[in-house]
Amino acid sequence: MSEPKPDEEFRRFLGEGRFMIQRSLETGAYVFFPRVAEPGTGAALEWVQASGRGTVHATTVVRKKPPEPSYNVALIDLEEGPRMMSRVEGVEPDAVVIGMAVRAAIAEQDGEPVIVFTPAEVWG
Amino acid sequence: MSDRFPRGRTAIVGAAVFGQGRAPGYEASDLAAVASINALKQAGLAPADVDGLFFCHGTDTLGGLSFAQYLGIQPKVVDNSRIGGSAFQAYVELAAWLLDAGMIEVALIAYGSNQASAAGKLVNTVRPMPYEGPYRPLNPVSSYALAAGRHMHAFGTTKAQLGEVALAARGWAQLNPEAFKRDPLTAEDYAASRLVSDPLGVLDCCLVTDGGAAVVMTRADRARDLAQIPIHVLGAASETTHREIAWMPDLTVTGAARSGERAYRQAGLSSREVDVVQVYDAFTINTILFLEDLGFCPKGEGGRFVEGGRIAPGGELPVNTNGGGLSCVHPGMNGLFGIIEAVRQLRGEAGDRQIAGAEVALAHGNGGVLSSQATVILGTAAAC
Repeated sequence: MSEPKPDEEFRRFLGEGRFMIQRSLETGAYVFFPRVAEPGTGAALEWVQASGRGTVHATTVVRKKPPEPSYNVALIDLEEGPRMMSRVEGVEPDAVVIGMAVRAAIAEQDGEPVIVFTPAEVWG
Repeated sequence: MSDRFPRGRTAIVGAAVFGQGRAPGYEASDLAAVASINALKQAGLAPADVDGLFFCHGTDTLGGLSFAQYLGIQPKVVDNSRIGGSAFQAYVELAAWLLDAGMIEVALIAYGSNQASAAGKLVNTVRPMPYEGPYRPLNPVSSYALAAGRHMHAFGTTKAQLGEVALAARGWAQLNPEAFKRDPLTAEDYAASRLVSDPLGVLDCCLVTDGGAAVVMTRADRARDLAQIPIHVLGAASETTHREIAWMPDLTVTGAARSGERAYRQAGLSSREVDVVQVYDAFTINTILFLEDLGFCPKGEGGRFVEGGRIAPGGELPVNTNGGGLSCVHPGMNGLFGIIEAVRQLRGEAGDRQIAGAEVALAHGNGGVLSSQATVILGTAAAC
Protein backbone atom coordinates (compact mmCIF):
# COMPACT_ATOMS: atom_id res chain seq x y z
CA MET A 1 0.00 0.00 0.00
CA SER A 2 1.35 3.39 -0.95
CA GLU A 3 1.52 6.03 1.75
CA PRO A 4 -0.66 9.01 0.86
CA LYS A 5 1.22 11.72 2.85
CA PRO A 6 -1.52 14.30 2.18
CA ASP A 7 0.20 17.39 3.59
CA GLU A 8 3.35 16.76 1.57
CA GLU A 9 1.36 16.25 -1.61
CA PHE A 10 -0.65 19.42 -1.04
CA ARG A 11 2.53 21.44 -0.56
CA ARG A 12 4.17 19.88 -3.63
CA PHE A 13 1.16 20.83 -5.79
CA LEU A 14 1.20 24.33 -4.34
CA GLY A 15 4.90 24.64 -5.15
CA GLU A 16 3.98 23.77 -8.76
CA GLY A 17 1.42 26.58 -8.77
CA ARG A 18 -1.62 24.34 -8.36
CA PHE A 19 -4.32 24.68 -5.66
CA MET A 20 -5.47 21.10 -5.22
CA ILE A 21 -8.21 19.76 -2.98
CA GLN A 22 -9.48 16.22 -2.48
CA ARG A 23 -12.62 14.42 -3.62
CA SER A 24 -14.17 11.27 -2.21
CA LEU A 25 -14.12 8.28 -4.54
CA GLU A 26 -17.29 7.08 -2.82
CA THR A 27 -19.53 10.12 -2.38
CA GLY A 28 -17.94 12.66 -4.72
CA ALA A 29 -17.83 15.20 -1.86
CA TYR A 30 -14.88 17.59 -1.83
CA VAL A 31 -12.54 17.72 1.15
CA PHE A 32 -10.21 20.38 2.57
CA PHE A 33 -7.86 20.24 4.61
CA PRO A 34 -5.88 17.33 3.12
CA ARG A 35 -6.50 13.97 4.79
CA VAL A 36 -5.94 10.25 4.25
CA ALA A 37 -9.68 9.55 4.04
CA GLU A 38 -13.04 11.27 3.66
CA PRO A 39 -14.37 12.55 6.98
CA GLY A 40 -17.42 10.62 8.12
CA THR A 41 -17.19 7.74 5.64
CA GLY A 42 -13.49 6.91 5.72
CA ALA A 43 -13.61 6.56 1.93
CA ALA A 44 -10.51 6.94 -0.25
CA LEU A 45 -9.76 10.35 -1.77
CA GLU A 46 -8.33 11.62 -5.05
CA TRP A 47 -6.70 14.97 -5.79
CA VAL A 48 -8.50 17.43 -8.06
CA GLN A 49 -7.70 20.99 -9.00
CA ALA A 50 -9.85 23.55 -7.19
CA SER A 51 -11.76 25.98 -9.40
CA GLY A 52 -10.42 28.80 -7.25
CA ARG A 53 -13.85 30.39 -7.12
CA GLY A 54 -15.17 31.20 -3.66
CA THR A 55 -17.36 33.42 -1.52
CA VAL A 56 -16.48 35.21 1.72
CA HIS A 57 -18.33 33.43 4.54
CA ALA A 58 -16.95 35.48 7.43
CA THR A 59 -14.32 38.18 7.80
CA THR A 60 -12.35 40.02 10.46
CA VAL A 61 -9.55 42.59 10.62
CA VAL A 62 -6.68 41.90 12.99
CA ARG A 63 -5.87 45.35 14.34
CA LYS A 64 -2.18 46.14 14.75
CA LYS A 65 -0.52 49.17 16.26
CA PRO A 66 0.71 51.47 13.44
CA PRO A 67 3.03 51.47 11.61
CA GLU A 68 2.43 47.71 11.46
CA PRO A 69 -0.51 47.28 9.07
CA SER A 70 -3.79 45.71 10.16
CA TYR A 71 -4.75 42.74 8.01
CA ASN A 72 -7.70 40.66 6.88
CA VAL A 73 -8.51 37.12 8.00
CA ALA A 74 -11.49 35.47 6.30
CA LEU A 75 -13.31 32.19 5.96
CA ILE A 76 -13.88 31.37 2.29
CA ASP A 77 -16.52 28.96 1.02
CA LEU A 78 -15.02 27.25 -2.01
CA GLU A 79 -17.37 26.67 -4.93
CA GLU A 80 -16.78 22.91 -4.44
CA GLY A 81 -18.13 23.08 -0.86
CA PRO A 82 -15.28 23.08 1.65
CA ARG A 83 -14.60 26.14 3.80
CA MET A 84 -11.08 27.36 4.52
CA MET A 85 -9.33 30.13 6.37
CA SER A 86 -7.46 32.60 4.18
CA ARG A 87 -7.28 36.34 3.59
CA VAL A 88 -8.61 38.64 0.91
CA GLU A 89 -5.98 40.88 -0.65
CA GLY A 90 -6.23 43.75 -3.11
CA VAL A 91 -8.75 45.73 -1.03
CA GLU A 92 -8.57 47.37 2.38
CA PRO A 93 -8.93 44.70 5.07
CA ASP A 94 -12.17 46.24 6.36
CA ALA A 95 -13.62 46.47 2.81
CA VAL A 96 -13.96 42.69 2.72
CA VAL A 97 -17.62 41.76 3.28
CA ILE A 98 -19.62 38.58 3.75
CA GLY A 99 -20.93 37.31 0.41
CA MET A 100 -18.13 38.88 -1.65
CA ALA A 101 -17.13 36.75 -4.65
CA VAL A 102 -13.41 35.98 -4.58
CA ARG A 103 -10.80 34.08 -6.61
CA ALA A 104 -7.84 32.12 -5.32
CA ALA A 105 -4.26 33.08 -6.06
CA ILE A 106 -0.98 31.64 -4.87
CA ALA A 107 1.16 34.22 -3.11
CA GLU A 108 4.60 33.85 -1.55
CA GLN A 109 4.93 34.43 2.16
CA ASP A 110 8.18 33.91 4.08
CA GLY A 111 9.51 31.98 1.07
CA GLU A 112 6.53 29.56 1.06
CA PRO A 113 3.57 29.48 -1.32
CA VAL A 114 0.24 30.29 0.35
CA ILE A 115 -3.32 30.48 -1.00
CA VAL A 116 -4.91 33.92 -0.79
CA PHE A 117 -8.00 35.39 -2.43
CA THR A 118 -8.77 38.58 -4.30
CA PRO A 119 -12.17 40.11 -5.14
CA ALA A 120 -13.61 38.42 -8.24
CA GLU A 121 -14.29 41.67 -10.09
CA VAL A 122 -10.55 42.29 -10.31
CA TRP A 123 -10.49 39.22 -12.54
CA GLY A 124 -13.43 40.33 -14.71
CA MET B 1 -32.52 8.28 22.69
CA SER B 2 -32.70 8.72 26.41
CA ASP B 3 -29.68 7.93 28.51
CA ARG B 4 -29.58 6.66 32.07
CA PHE B 5 -27.74 9.59 33.62
CA PRO B 6 -27.77 9.21 37.42
CA ARG B 7 -29.98 12.25 38.01
CA GLY B 8 -29.54 13.60 41.53
CA ARG B 9 -27.58 10.53 42.68
CA THR B 10 -24.29 12.44 42.93
CA ALA B 11 -23.56 15.78 44.54
CA ILE B 12 -20.98 18.51 44.85
CA VAL B 13 -19.98 18.60 48.52
CA GLY B 14 -17.07 21.03 48.33
CA ALA B 15 -16.35 24.03 46.12
CA ALA B 16 -13.56 26.56 46.56
CA VAL B 17 -11.51 29.13 44.69
CA PHE B 18 -8.11 30.54 45.57
CA GLY B 19 -5.91 33.33 44.23
CA GLN B 20 -8.42 34.78 41.77
CA GLY B 21 -6.87 37.76 40.05
CA ARG B 22 -3.17 37.95 40.86
CA ALA B 23 -1.32 35.39 42.96
CA PRO B 24 2.38 36.12 42.46
CA GLY B 25 4.84 33.52 43.67
CA TYR B 26 2.46 30.60 43.41
CA GLU B 27 2.82 27.86 40.83
CA ALA B 28 -0.33 26.66 39.06
CA SER B 29 -0.35 23.47 41.13
CA ASP B 30 -0.04 25.46 44.37
CA LEU B 31 -3.18 27.41 43.46
CA ALA B 32 -5.07 24.23 42.55
CA ALA B 33 -3.87 22.52 45.73
CA VAL B 34 -5.03 25.29 48.09
CA ALA B 35 -8.44 25.31 46.39
CA SER B 36 -8.58 21.48 46.53
CA ILE B 37 -7.72 21.22 50.21
CA ASN B 38 -10.25 23.94 51.06
CA ALA B 39 -12.95 22.25 48.98
CA LEU B 40 -12.22 18.89 50.63
CA LYS B 41 -12.26 20.51 54.10
CA GLN B 42 -15.76 21.84 53.46
CA ALA B 43 -16.89 18.22 53.22
CA GLY B 44 -14.75 17.03 56.12
CA LEU B 45 -12.44 15.19 53.70
CA ALA B 46 -8.71 15.22 52.95
CA PRO B 47 -6.61 14.52 49.83
CA ALA B 48 -6.14 10.90 50.96
CA ASP B 49 -9.89 10.33 50.50
CA VAL B 50 -9.72 11.14 46.79
CA ASP B 51 -9.74 8.14 44.44
CA GLY B 52 -10.85 9.95 41.27
CA LEU B 53 -8.80 12.94 40.12
CA PHE B 54 -9.90 15.20 37.27
CA PHE B 55 -7.27 17.81 36.50
CA CYS B 56 -6.14 19.87 33.58
CA HIS B 57 -3.01 22.01 33.52
CA GLY B 58 -2.29 24.77 31.02
CA THR B 59 1.03 23.45 29.81
CA ASP B 60 1.81 20.14 31.59
CA THR B 61 0.27 17.54 29.27
CA LEU B 62 0.69 14.92 32.02
CA GLY B 63 -0.66 17.36 34.60
CA GLY B 64 -3.09 14.85 36.11
CA LEU B 65 -0.19 12.66 37.14
CA SER B 66 1.80 15.62 38.40
CA PHE B 67 -1.09 16.84 40.54
CA ALA B 68 -1.76 13.39 42.01
CA GLN B 69 1.89 13.32 43.00
CA TYR B 70 1.66 16.84 44.46
CA LEU B 71 -1.31 15.80 46.63
CA GLY B 72 0.41 12.52 47.55
CA ILE B 73 -2.47 10.36 46.34
CA GLN B 74 -2.70 7.25 44.16
CA PRO B 75 -6.10 7.57 42.48
CA LYS B 76 -7.91 4.77 40.66
CA VAL B 77 -9.02 7.19 37.96
CA VAL B 78 -7.06 10.15 36.62
CA ASP B 79 -8.77 12.10 33.87
CA ASN B 80 -6.41 14.56 32.25
CA SER B 81 -8.48 15.12 29.12
CA ARG B 82 -7.79 18.36 27.34
CA ILE B 83 -10.84 19.64 25.52
CA GLY B 84 -10.37 23.27 26.56
CA GLY B 85 -12.34 25.26 29.10
CA SER B 86 -15.33 22.91 28.90
CA ALA B 87 -13.20 20.11 30.39
CA PHE B 88 -14.49 20.82 33.89
CA GLN B 89 -18.16 20.45 33.02
CA ALA B 90 -17.21 17.25 31.17
CA TYR B 91 -15.33 16.08 34.29
CA VAL B 92 -18.52 16.57 36.34
CA GLU B 93 -20.39 14.50 33.76
CA LEU B 94 -17.86 11.69 33.85
CA ALA B 95 -17.42 11.80 37.63
CA ALA B 96 -21.20 11.43 38.07
CA TRP B 97 -21.23 8.26 35.96
CA LEU B 98 -18.14 6.80 37.66
CA LEU B 99 -19.37 7.59 41.17
CA ASP B 100 -22.80 6.13 40.45
CA ALA B 101 -21.21 3.00 38.97
CA GLY B 102 -19.22 2.55 42.18
CA MET B 103 -15.92 2.84 40.38
CA ILE B 104 -14.82 5.75 42.57
CA GLU B 105 -15.93 7.14 45.96
CA VAL B 106 -14.62 10.72 46.02
CA ALA B 107 -13.96 12.80 42.91
CA LEU B 108 -11.76 15.89 43.00
CA ILE B 109 -11.99 18.25 40.03
CA ALA B 110 -9.28 20.90 40.15
CA TYR B 111 -7.57 23.60 38.15
CA GLY B 112 -4.92 26.24 38.68
CA SER B 113 -3.09 28.76 36.54
CA ASN B 114 -0.54 31.46 37.29
CA GLN B 115 -0.51 32.75 33.70
CA ALA B 116 -1.06 36.39 34.58
CA SER B 117 1.79 36.60 37.09
CA ALA B 118 4.12 34.28 35.17
CA ALA B 119 3.60 35.43 31.59
CA GLY B 120 1.07 38.27 31.56
CA LYS B 121 -0.93 36.63 28.77
CA LEU B 122 -2.90 33.53 27.86
CA VAL B 123 -0.54 30.56 28.15
CA ASN B 124 -1.19 27.29 26.41
CA THR B 125 0.52 24.62 24.37
CA VAL B 126 -1.67 24.90 21.29
CA ARG B 127 0.25 25.25 18.03
CA PRO B 128 -1.37 26.77 14.96
CA MET B 129 -2.78 24.37 12.39
CA PRO B 130 -0.82 24.48 9.10
CA TYR B 131 -3.93 25.55 7.17
CA GLU B 132 -4.58 28.45 9.56
CA GLY B 133 -1.12 29.55 10.70
CA PRO B 134 -0.04 31.43 7.52
CA TYR B 135 -3.06 33.75 7.81
CA ARG B 136 -2.04 34.85 11.33
CA PRO B 137 -5.45 34.82 13.01
CA LEU B 138 -5.04 36.36 16.47
CA ASN B 139 -6.41 33.26 18.13
CA PRO B 140 -8.57 32.68 19.96
CA VAL B 141 -10.01 36.20 19.45
CA SER B 142 -10.14 36.13 15.63
CA SER B 143 -12.05 32.85 15.51
CA TYR B 144 -14.72 34.20 17.88
CA ALA B 145 -14.70 37.46 15.87
CA LEU B 146 -15.52 35.52 12.70
CA ALA B 147 -18.44 33.87 14.49
CA ALA B 148 -19.59 37.23 15.90
CA GLY B 149 -19.48 38.84 12.46
CA ARG B 150 -21.51 36.00 11.06
CA HIS B 151 -24.12 36.37 13.84
CA MET B 152 -24.39 40.09 13.09
CA HIS B 153 -24.80 39.38 9.38
CA ALA B 154 -27.42 36.65 9.89
CA PHE B 155 -29.49 38.17 12.68
CA GLY B 156 -28.73 41.89 12.84
CA THR B 157 -26.92 41.58 16.15
CA THR B 158 -25.18 44.87 16.96
CA LYS B 159 -21.94 45.91 18.60
CA ALA B 160 -23.97 47.70 21.27
CA GLN B 161 -25.69 44.40 22.11
CA LEU B 162 -22.27 42.75 22.56
CA GLY B 163 -21.56 45.69 24.87
CA GLU B 164 -24.63 44.86 26.97
CA VAL B 165 -22.97 41.53 27.80
CA ALA B 166 -19.77 43.27 28.94
CA LEU B 167 -21.71 45.80 31.02
CA ALA B 168 -23.83 43.10 32.68
CA ALA B 169 -20.72 41.11 33.60
CA ARG B 170 -19.14 44.19 35.14
CA GLY B 171 -22.34 44.95 37.03
CA TRP B 172 -22.22 41.50 38.65
CA ALA B 173 -18.48 41.81 39.34
CA GLN B 174 -19.14 45.00 41.27
CA LEU B 175 -21.27 42.90 43.66
CA ASN B 176 -18.52 40.28 44.06
CA PRO B 177 -15.61 41.23 46.34
CA GLU B 178 -13.50 38.43 44.79
CA ALA B 179 -13.91 39.72 41.21
CA PHE B 180 -10.81 41.14 39.54
CA LYS B 181 -12.37 44.01 37.52
CA ARG B 182 -14.79 46.04 39.64
CA ASP B 183 -14.37 49.61 38.39
CA PRO B 184 -17.47 51.14 36.74
CA LEU B 185 -17.98 50.48 33.03
CA THR B 186 -20.34 52.52 30.84
CA ALA B 187 -21.72 52.01 27.34
CA GLU B 188 -19.58 55.00 26.32
CA ASP B 189 -16.42 53.33 27.68
CA TYR B 190 -17.33 50.20 25.74
CA ALA B 191 -18.02 52.08 22.50
CA ALA B 192 -14.70 53.92 22.77
CA SER B 193 -12.59 50.83 23.47
CA ARG B 194 -9.95 49.60 21.05
CA LEU B 195 -10.77 46.97 18.42
CA VAL B 196 -8.67 43.81 18.53
CA SER B 197 -10.18 41.65 15.78
CA ASP B 198 -13.33 43.17 14.27
CA PRO B 199 -15.99 43.29 15.61
CA LEU B 200 -14.42 42.31 18.96
CA GLY B 201 -12.51 44.84 21.03
CA VAL B 202 -10.59 44.67 24.30
CA LEU B 203 -13.79 44.90 26.35
CA ASP B 204 -15.30 41.95 24.45
CA CYS B 205 -12.42 39.74 25.61
CA CYS B 206 -12.08 37.83 28.86
CA LEU B 207 -9.52 38.80 31.45
CA VAL B 208 -6.05 37.33 31.86
CA THR B 209 -5.75 36.41 35.52
CA ASP B 210 -4.35 33.79 37.89
CA GLY B 211 -6.59 31.52 39.89
CA GLY B 212 -7.20 28.11 41.37
CA ALA B 213 -10.49 26.26 41.77
CA ALA B 214 -11.73 22.87 42.95
CA VAL B 215 -14.92 20.93 43.50
CA VAL B 216 -15.46 17.66 45.32
CA MET B 217 -18.15 15.15 44.35
CA THR B 218 -19.52 12.05 46.07
CA ARG B 219 -22.61 9.91 45.75
CA ALA B 220 -25.67 11.62 47.20
CA ASP B 221 -26.13 8.90 49.87
CA ARG B 222 -22.65 9.62 51.21
CA ALA B 223 -23.08 13.39 50.74
CA ARG B 224 -25.87 13.38 53.34
CA ASP B 225 -23.34 12.41 56.03
CA LEU B 226 -20.79 15.07 55.12
CA ALA B 227 -20.39 18.55 56.54
CA GLN B 228 -21.55 20.66 53.58
CA ILE B 229 -25.02 21.16 52.01
CA PRO B 230 -24.95 18.85 48.98
CA ILE B 231 -25.66 20.38 45.58
CA HIS B 232 -26.98 17.64 43.33
CA VAL B 233 -25.95 16.96 39.75
CA LEU B 234 -29.22 16.70 37.84
CA GLY B 235 -27.84 16.53 34.32
CA ALA B 236 -24.51 16.78 32.50
CA ALA B 237 -23.74 16.31 28.81
CA SER B 238 -21.05 17.23 26.28
CA GLU B 239 -20.80 17.79 22.55
CA THR B 240 -17.84 18.41 20.24
CA THR B 241 -18.32 19.94 16.80
CA HIS B 242 -14.88 20.92 15.44
CA ARG B 243 -11.42 22.17 16.34
CA GLU B 244 -10.59 25.14 14.07
CA ILE B 245 -13.30 27.69 13.28
CA ALA B 246 -13.31 26.93 9.51
CA TRP B 247 -14.74 23.51 10.33
CA MET B 248 -17.50 24.66 12.67
CA PRO B 249 -20.63 23.32 10.95
CA ASP B 250 -22.59 26.57 11.42
CA LEU B 251 -20.83 29.61 12.91
CA THR B 252 -24.05 30.75 14.58
CA VAL B 253 -25.01 27.46 16.30
CA THR B 254 -22.78 25.84 18.92
CA GLY B 255 -22.72 22.30 20.27
CA ALA B 256 -24.45 23.75 23.35
CA ALA B 257 -27.73 23.24 21.51
CA ARG B 258 -27.21 19.49 21.80
CA SER B 259 -25.31 19.25 25.09
CA GLY B 260 -27.98 21.49 26.63
CA GLU B 261 -30.87 19.52 25.21
CA ARG B 262 -29.45 16.29 26.60
CA ALA B 263 -28.67 17.81 30.00
CA TYR B 264 -32.19 19.25 30.29
CA ARG B 265 -33.70 15.88 29.37
CA GLN B 266 -31.59 14.10 31.98
CA ALA B 267 -32.65 16.66 34.58
CA GLY B 268 -36.29 16.59 33.51
CA LEU B 269 -36.19 20.38 33.33
CA SER B 270 -36.31 23.15 30.75
CA SER B 271 -34.64 26.55 30.59
CA ARG B 272 -37.73 28.03 32.27
CA GLU B 273 -36.88 26.22 35.51
CA VAL B 274 -33.30 27.52 35.67
CA ASP B 275 -32.92 30.20 38.36
CA VAL B 276 -29.33 31.23 37.68
CA VAL B 277 -27.11 30.76 34.61
CA GLN B 278 -23.31 30.59 34.30
CA VAL B 279 -22.01 30.40 30.73
CA TYR B 280 -18.40 30.50 29.63
CA ASP B 281 -17.97 34.09 28.42
CA ALA B 282 -14.51 34.00 26.88
CA PHE B 283 -15.89 36.70 24.58
CA THR B 284 -19.13 38.69 24.63
CA ILE B 285 -20.53 36.79 21.64
CA ASN B 286 -20.35 33.56 23.68
CA THR B 287 -23.02 34.67 26.13
CA ILE B 288 -25.38 35.54 23.27
CA LEU B 289 -24.75 32.23 21.46
CA PHE B 290 -25.16 30.12 24.60
CA LEU B 291 -28.33 31.89 25.78
CA GLU B 292 -29.82 31.01 22.39
CA ASP B 293 -28.47 27.48 22.18
CA LEU B 294 -29.46 26.68 25.77
CA GLY B 295 -33.05 27.75 25.09
CA PHE B 296 -33.27 31.04 27.00
CA CYS B 297 -34.29 32.82 23.78
CA PRO B 298 -34.85 31.79 20.15
CA LYS B 299 -31.90 31.44 17.75
CA GLY B 300 -30.89 34.85 16.49
CA GLU B 301 -32.61 36.74 19.32
CA GLY B 302 -29.67 36.71 21.74
CA GLY B 303 -28.56 40.24 20.95
CA ARG B 304 -32.00 41.70 21.51
CA PHE B 305 -32.49 39.43 24.55
CA VAL B 306 -29.57 40.92 26.48
CA GLU B 307 -30.67 44.53 25.86
CA GLY B 308 -31.96 46.71 28.66
CA GLY B 309 -29.95 44.98 31.37
CA ARG B 310 -31.96 41.75 31.18
CA ILE B 311 -28.97 39.61 32.27
CA ALA B 312 -27.45 42.27 34.56
CA PRO B 313 -28.08 42.63 38.33
CA GLY B 314 -31.79 43.31 38.82
CA GLY B 315 -32.62 41.88 35.37
CA GLU B 316 -35.03 39.11 34.57
CA LEU B 317 -32.37 36.38 34.05
CA PRO B 318 -29.24 36.38 36.23
CA VAL B 319 -26.27 35.36 34.03
CA ASN B 320 -22.64 35.02 35.14
CA THR B 321 -23.32 36.32 38.60
CA ASN B 322 -19.66 36.28 39.71
CA GLY B 323 -18.77 38.65 36.86
CA GLY B 324 -17.74 35.84 34.53
CA GLY B 325 -14.58 35.55 32.52
CA LEU B 326 -15.12 39.11 31.31
CA SER B 327 -14.88 40.77 34.73
CA CYS B 328 -14.27 38.22 37.51
CA VAL B 329 -11.63 35.65 36.67
CA HIS B 330 -10.09 34.00 33.61
CA PRO B 331 -6.92 32.04 34.32
CA GLY B 332 -6.66 30.34 30.90
CA MET B 333 -9.69 28.17 31.44
CA ASN B 334 -12.80 29.42 33.18
CA GLY B 335 -15.20 26.46 33.20
CA LEU B 336 -14.69 25.39 36.81
CA PHE B 337 -15.29 28.91 38.15
CA GLY B 338 -18.78 28.91 36.62
CA ILE B 339 -19.57 25.60 38.34
CA ILE B 340 -18.39 27.00 41.67
CA GLU B 341 -20.47 30.15 41.29
CA ALA B 342 -23.50 27.96 40.53
CA VAL B 343 -22.82 25.95 43.70
CA ARG B 344 -22.44 29.10 45.80
CA GLN B 345 -25.73 30.49 44.49
CA LEU B 346 -27.51 27.23 45.32
CA ARG B 347 -25.94 27.10 48.77
CA GLY B 348 -27.15 30.67 49.32
CA GLU B 349 -23.69 32.00 50.11
CA ALA B 350 -23.28 34.50 47.25
CA GLY B 351 -23.57 37.61 49.43
CA ASP B 352 -24.68 40.81 47.70
CA ARG B 353 -25.19 38.99 44.40
CA GLN B 354 -27.29 36.14 45.86
CA ILE B 355 -30.33 35.18 43.77
CA ALA B 356 -33.06 34.70 46.36
CA GLY B 357 -34.44 31.19 46.48
CA ALA B 358 -32.22 29.80 43.71
CA GLU B 359 -32.85 26.05 43.44
CA VAL B 360 -31.66 25.18 39.91
CA ALA B 361 -28.48 26.47 38.29
CA LEU B 362 -26.93 25.81 34.91
CA ALA B 363 -23.16 25.98 34.34
CA HIS B 364 -22.04 25.76 30.74
CA GLY B 365 -18.45 25.27 29.59
CA ASN B 366 -16.86 26.08 26.25
CA GLY B 367 -13.54 24.89 24.85
CA GLY B 368 -11.32 25.72 21.91
CA VAL B 369 -12.99 28.14 19.50
CA LEU B 370 -16.64 27.26 20.24
CA SER B 371 -15.38 23.70 19.56
CA SER B 372 -16.32 21.71 22.62
CA GLN B 373 -19.37 22.31 24.78
CA ALA B 374 -20.49 20.81 28.07
CA THR B 375 -23.55 21.64 30.14
CA VAL B 376 -24.10 20.86 33.82
CA ILE B 377 -27.43 21.35 35.62
CA LEU B 378 -27.26 21.51 39.40
CA GLY B 379 -30.01 21.62 41.99
CA THR B 380 -30.64 21.86 45.70
CA ALA B 381 -32.28 18.97 47.56
CA ALA B 382 -35.61 20.70 46.89
CA ALA B 383 -35.02 20.42 43.13
CA CYS B 384 -34.28 16.68 43.23
